[in-house]
This record gives sequence, structure tokens and C-alpha cells, in this order.
Amino acid sequence: MSEHAGPAATTAQATEKATTFDVVVVGAGPAGSAAALELARRGHHVALVERGAFPGAKNVYGGVIYGRILDELIPNWWEEAPIERWVTRRQTMLMTPTQSLTVDFRTENWGKPPYNGATAHRAKFDAWLASKAEEAGAELITSTVVTGLLTENGRIVGVRTDRPDGDLRARIVIACDGVNSFLAKQAGMYPDGQVHHTTLGVKETLALPRETIEERFGVSGTDGVDIELVGGTRGIAGGGFLYTNLDSVSVGVVLSLTELGKAKVRPEELIADLKRHPAIAPLVKGGELIEYAAHLIPEGGYNTMPKLTGDGILVTGDAAAMCLAAGIWLEGVNFAIGSGMYAGRAAAEALSKNTTDLSGYERMLHESFVLADHRKLKGAPELLLGDRVQNKYPAMICDLVENLFQVTNPAPKPGLRKLFRRGAKQHGIRLRDLAKDAITGFRAYG
Amino acid sequence: MDYPEISFEDRMSTVDFQVSRRAHIEVDSEICNSCTTRECVHACPANLFVPTTDGGILFNYEQCFECGTCYLLCNKQGAISWTYPDGGDGVTFRKG
Repeated sequence: MSEHAGPAATTAQATEKATTFDVVVVGAGPAGSAAALELARRGHHVALVERGAFPGAKNVYGGVIYGRILDELIPNWWEEAPIERWVTRRQTMLMTPTQSLTVDFRTENWGKPPYNGATAHRAKFDAWLASKAEEAGAELITSTVVTGLLTENGRIVGVRTDRPDGDLRARIVIACDGVNSFLAKQAGMYPDGQVHHTTLGVKETLALPRETIEERFGVSGTDGVDIELVGGTRGIAGGGFLYTNLDSVSVGVVLSLTELGKAKVRPEELIADLKRHPAIAPLVKGGELIEYAAHLIPEGGYNTMPKLTGDGILVTGDAAAMCLAAGIWLEGVNFAIGSGMYAGRAAAEALSKNTTDLSGYERMLHESFVLADHRKLKGAPELLLGDRVQNKYPAMICDLVENLFQVTNPAPKPGLRKLFRRGAKQHGIRLRDLAKDAITGFRAYG
Repeated sequence: MDYPEISFEDRMSTVDFQVSRRAHIEVDSEICNSCTTRECVHACPANLFVPTTDGGILFNYEQCFECGTCYLLCNKQGAISWTYPDGGDGVTFRKG
């Protein structure tokens, strides 16, 4: 047994001195805190173990927390959650190095209760959610690494930590240990090929005065903007984002790991590209870097998820590859909260019935948005990370719009069909592929 | 619009690290010697993998984001031994 958590760690037998809980939740991110909160409220003895000095210390994301699932856990959560701004303006921007086409939507509805999405700093938000679990009676144990699973006769009976005599015995372990989930890997639940559907998110948080943000982004008070960027990553599959915090903006890129590996370009250079882009530069100008951060994102969707239920273990959130990267929908924290909540609920059910049957977890996931959305959109990641959607379509569409708006006197206007045909040909797009992608798109999103 | 890019050192100084005495990641430069792709060198967001003149890799664990990029991309069995730093050590994101 290796004494540290890592790819090669194995399972172990519990020592005599183990402390006993009903459930051990590993990782105090949104999934772990939701699971612990749910269990503690039902009166169970639950440990919430976090390797960072505080919950959120190790967590990074790229944008928006959609809070609807929180309604079920914390009524009127918006009155106390440490959020930065409520997203009332949502943009999707297709870009080439010299062009951009933006779909810009704003609504006042998202700026008042019950709100839709919020930007937040994870260090604050995750700590807040963990504090709710603690208030409910969960035992938060920080600065502690879970280094492995404890097993007896093939059943998981707890975890080993990096503290002396730090074994924690439990009837159920809930793995909320994030994208690298060494617990799911140790339990033999993780499928091979993770590198092929994982992206690297790299982000800069840039300080700007509140008034400057409000002027540049056209919002006031605590309203905010979320911009999703497609096509600005030098041909590397992925995307970019720019969103407003209260007195800073966060700008970053999300990059296919395997393509980044082959591309011979450094991630921060791609952020610099974005910051120089004519559509982005005026928005971030003069921002002072207050934090550079990086984190992996499990983007493969439904087809790449690990086994979610094992003998004495449930897997949730990023550990279960539950990030939804479906272009128009980019969601993660809400899936973590949802899956954590259902894991806590299923564990509580099993405990109260005194059974080892944890099948309730997956039933609840399938009946709710967590797996319903992922199942419905299982074709999206492959389509979206393909070369055409990533590179050819943004360039073709930007050119098409440029030619459409460009006045060509004295030559007569070419007409849309002709422009379209010409554009497709110019960008090496076969109409049959376009039709195929359209069908895939309708299937994935229909 | 010209963008004054800051040095990598200044970039990393925006992040808090509680440096552990134990190197949580170890790189076997001998094995890296025979690696032709070296994807870790430019993919690591913290820029911790530095090629040496004798064909090896010099690695420093101290300012690591603990993201996992290097071990996932590395295709040389045994070149990278990867673990999380001990509890409370390593990176702390103040914003995230």
C-alpha cells in the first residue's frame, strides 16, 4: 500500500485504531458538501474529508454556478451564498483571429430571485457549502488526504488517510474526490482512456474596478456577464470563456489534453491570444493579474463515466465525469451538487433500511437532470470537439457574415445560397458532412 | 492593442503554495531520456518540466497546481510518480 494518494495506490485492510462513521465523504467540493449535508440532516454520523486547508482550496472552474438544484438543499440560498454577480447577460462568440460573431442575450429575469446562474469564487462558495454541512452536524476534517480505500472480503469498509492512526471506518464511502478520482480508480470503477476526454482549463483572474466592469460589460449592481468563446484556441479543440466577478474578470481557455500535448504551445500563450483579440482586448484592458489557475475538466460525458455504484462506494461529481460540456450548456457545479445530494440520500436510505443495496443512487440520477441530461446529450462532446465545429464552422460562419454585410458595389449582391456554397468550399466543408453534423446535432440536442 | 505579458515567475507568484517537504511528484530523468514527445514540457500549466542539455528532464514540484496533466499525458511507463501533497500542503487557490 502506498502511503500517498496517487495513480498507483491500492486498497488496504483497516487497522485496530480506526475511527468509525456511518459514511465517509471524500472531498469537500460541491458534491461532497451536498452529500454530507443530506446525510447529516438525516441524523447520520458523517465525516467530510478535505485535502486542502479549507474546502475550495483546490478547486477551480470556468464560470457559472446554476443554483436551481440548491433550492432543494438550502431554501433561499441566494440570500446567503457568497456569489459575485448574477448572470443576466449571456453571450456565445464565434471567433477567428481577426473576426468575431456574437449572440448576445440578456434578461432581467435572471437578475432577481430565484435567479438562474451566478459567478462566484470557488474558494468562497465551496467553503460556504461545506459550512452548511458542518452546521447540520457533519464532521469536516481538513488538511487530510485520503490515500486509499479499506476493504474487507472485497467490500469497501472505509478509507486510509495520511494522518497517523488515520483510518476511518464507514459502512459507505462516497467518492467526491474530483476529476483525478484515485478512489474510483482504486476501486476498479474507472474506464481506461481518461486522457482522451479530459480538457485542461487555464484561467486568469484580472482585477478591474467595479465601475469599469459595469461600463464595459453594460451591467449594473450585481448583474454580470458570461461569454463563451468558440474557435479562439489556434485549432486546439476546446474553447474559451470570459465572465465578470464583482471587481475582477476571469478569462481562460479550455483545451483538449491530447491536442494540447501535440500542439507545442503553452496554455498561457493561448490566454494571451484571447486577451489580444479585438473583441476581447477592450474588455480586459488594464486588468491586473491577481490569480493564475489551472484544473482538469472531465468532458467526455455519459459514455465515459466510471461505474457509479460499487460494494460500499458511490461516485459523484467530477469523479464521475459529470461535467456537461455541450456547447450551449456548460455546467459542472450543479451536477456535482445534484449527484452529491442523491448519493447522500441513497446512502441514508440504505443506512435506515440496514441494507448494503445502494442502487437507489443510480435510480435517482436517472430520474433527475443529472443522468437524464447527460444521457440525452451523450453525442454532444464528440461533435463539439471535432475539427469542423472547432475550426471550420466558426471561420466559415464569420466569413459568411462578413460577405453578407459587405457592400460589393458595383458588383451585384451574390445571394445567400451562393455565398453559402462558396464559403463551404473555401473552408473545405463537404455539404454531406455538414448534413451529417446537423443530424448529429439534432439528435444530440433534440 | 499591445498586452504587456508578465514574466512566468510573476504569474506564479499570484498563487499561494504551502510547499511540502516531500516531493509529491517525482520524475525519473533516466526514463525521460528516451522520450521523444515530451508533451509535459509545454502542457504543464505551471511550467515545471525543463529539458536539460543531456536530454533529461529537470522537474520541480514546488509550484504545482496538482492538476494531473503530466501523468495523463506521459506515455513513458514509470517516468512520473504522481501523488497529492500531504494534507494542507501544496496549492491553495484564493479565488478559483
